[in-house]
Amino acid sequence: MSHGSIIKIPFGPQHPALKEPVNFLFEVDGETVVNVKPRIGYNHRGIEKAFELRTYTRNIYLAERICGICSDAHTTCYTQAIEELLGVEAPLRARYIRVIIAELERIQSHALWLGLVAHEIGFDTLFMYIWRDRETILDIFEMISGNRIHYAMNTIGGVRRDIHAAMMPKIKKGLDLMEKRVKYYLDVVQTEQTILKRATGVGILKPKDAVDLCAVGPILRASGIKNDVRADDPYAAYNEIPFNVITCDGCDILSRIMVRLEEMLEGVEIARHALDSMPEGVIRVRVPMKVPQGEVVSRVEAPRGELIHYAKSNGTTKPERYKVRSPTLGNIPALCKMLLGGYVADIPIVLAGIDPCFACMDRMAFIDTKKNRKWVLTMPQLRRKYKRKCMQK
Amino acid sequence: MGLFKWAQTKSPWIIHFNTGGCNGCDIELVAALTPRFDLERFGILLEGSPRHADILVVTGPVTLQVKDRLVRVYEQMPEPKHVIAIGTCAISGAPFNECYNVHGGIDTVLPVDAYVPGCPPKPEAIIDGIVKLIQKTKESEGNGKGK
Repeated sequence: MSHGSIIKIPFGPQHPALKEPVNFLFEVDGETVVNVKPRIGYNHRGIEKAFELRTYTRNIYLAERICGICSDAHTTCYTQAIEELLGVEAPLRARYIRVIIAELERIQSHALWLGLVAHEIGFDTLFMYIWRDRETILDIFEMISGNRIHYAMNTIGGVRRDIHAAMMPKIKKGLDLMEKRVKYYLDVVQTEQTILKRATGVGILKPKDAVDLCAVGPILRASGIKNDVRADDPYAAYNEIPFNVITCDGCDILSRIMVRLEEMLEGVEIARHALDSMPEGVIRVRVPMKVPQGEVVSRVEAPRGELIHYAKSNGTTKPERYKVRSPTLGNIPALCKMLLGGYVADIPIVLAGIDPCFACMDRMAFIDTKKNRKWVLTMPQLRRKYKRKCMQK
Repeated sequence: MGLFKWAQTKSPWIIHFNTGGCNGCDIELVAALTPRFDLERFGILLEGSPRHADILVVTGPVTLQVKDRLVRVYEQMPEPKHVIAIGTCAISGAPFNECYNVHGGIDTVLPVDAYVPGCPPKPEAIIDGIVKLIQKTKESEGNGKGK
């Protein structure tokens, strides 16, 4: 229904739950979003330049701190790139450990995301449940690496810590628990009306658009496109582990939830298989400080999608150029497409749907350009507004 | 203890602002609010609007683009207000200290009342930081009405 006047809504950069600052300018006609302008850069720290000023060893520390949720994906990508430049390969046991850590990280990241999605649609019970279960995985991380978030497992030429036999029972017990809980959540999201009403048919991204706009990761897979770096271009020990690439062809938020939940189950299976078939041996090889001249591109499937690192070395102990393309950046054009034609009240869930990093809205100012009137809606008000609409349906 | 001070120390509401951090501390702060640690049992509530908050919890180094917004969020908070810097980045900017787009730690922009070190600090440490801040408010002089 057209109201004849276009209203502009700025979003962010200050926001409630966690996520980074980002700003979106929405143009709405009545309840329908007609244009989206993302404005990023609030989080720009100049990491790529900082890479050039530090040695390769110190850069591992920096790569880890690009992102706190998928920190292991970044270090895996970084160390793989430098290992290729050096012409060394990490020992097989180290590569298995990388797979285990990567899958555990995927499980905790998806759990975190699902909790946030539940929070955005006002289903806080599910949010609290999932975050409680997520602590199981964090406990495993703490046992293996000593830290809950930045595990500092990867180093150039292998991993820094071994997974001992004594740790196995606790890891397996944690995985069993996660499997049980994820199966329960799979049942919940498919039967619970609170989720079905808010997630079905919302934030549609057609397969053709997903490919044209270069969407990555679970977003692409939820549009029915089979694409996963782990399967297409295996790294670490993924070529030795059987697993399925999960896809779903619903193209909406519900499909994205389903894909991520199924990936958690798949992650549990991969981690179990890797724990059982992990060969004995050393976990790292020594590498020289100086890296020979060359260029390399390294790819990793981070929890949010394809992550690309590019490194150029000039024969010294510091890289000449370093470039990081994170999955969220790849998903922004697709996000704009999903939001177009949707309702204002669906903005939080669609934004949260691509990635927790950008679900950043709490306070939004509505500006009517014709009448020059401004007003502000908070997140709870938005939720109430939508609840009323749901009841009228 | 006056009414103002009593109210402040019994149920401080917090607002969280990420000024350019890596999300690690942010997740740990949210984890502190979820069932395992459950900050809410102390009456501490995460608020979305700066106008409702007593404590500004800041994570991450201050980037140049976010600096003015941080000050604006702080100015929108009603008196009396406190600031907690969570994580090494928020304390000193490290490891992004020398980056061209980083202004530095939070205390280069705002007055900070409590620092919680760690990369990232565990939820227990964050709870400890907030409890120490409450203790400090209790012991401070004045009636708690702020400036």
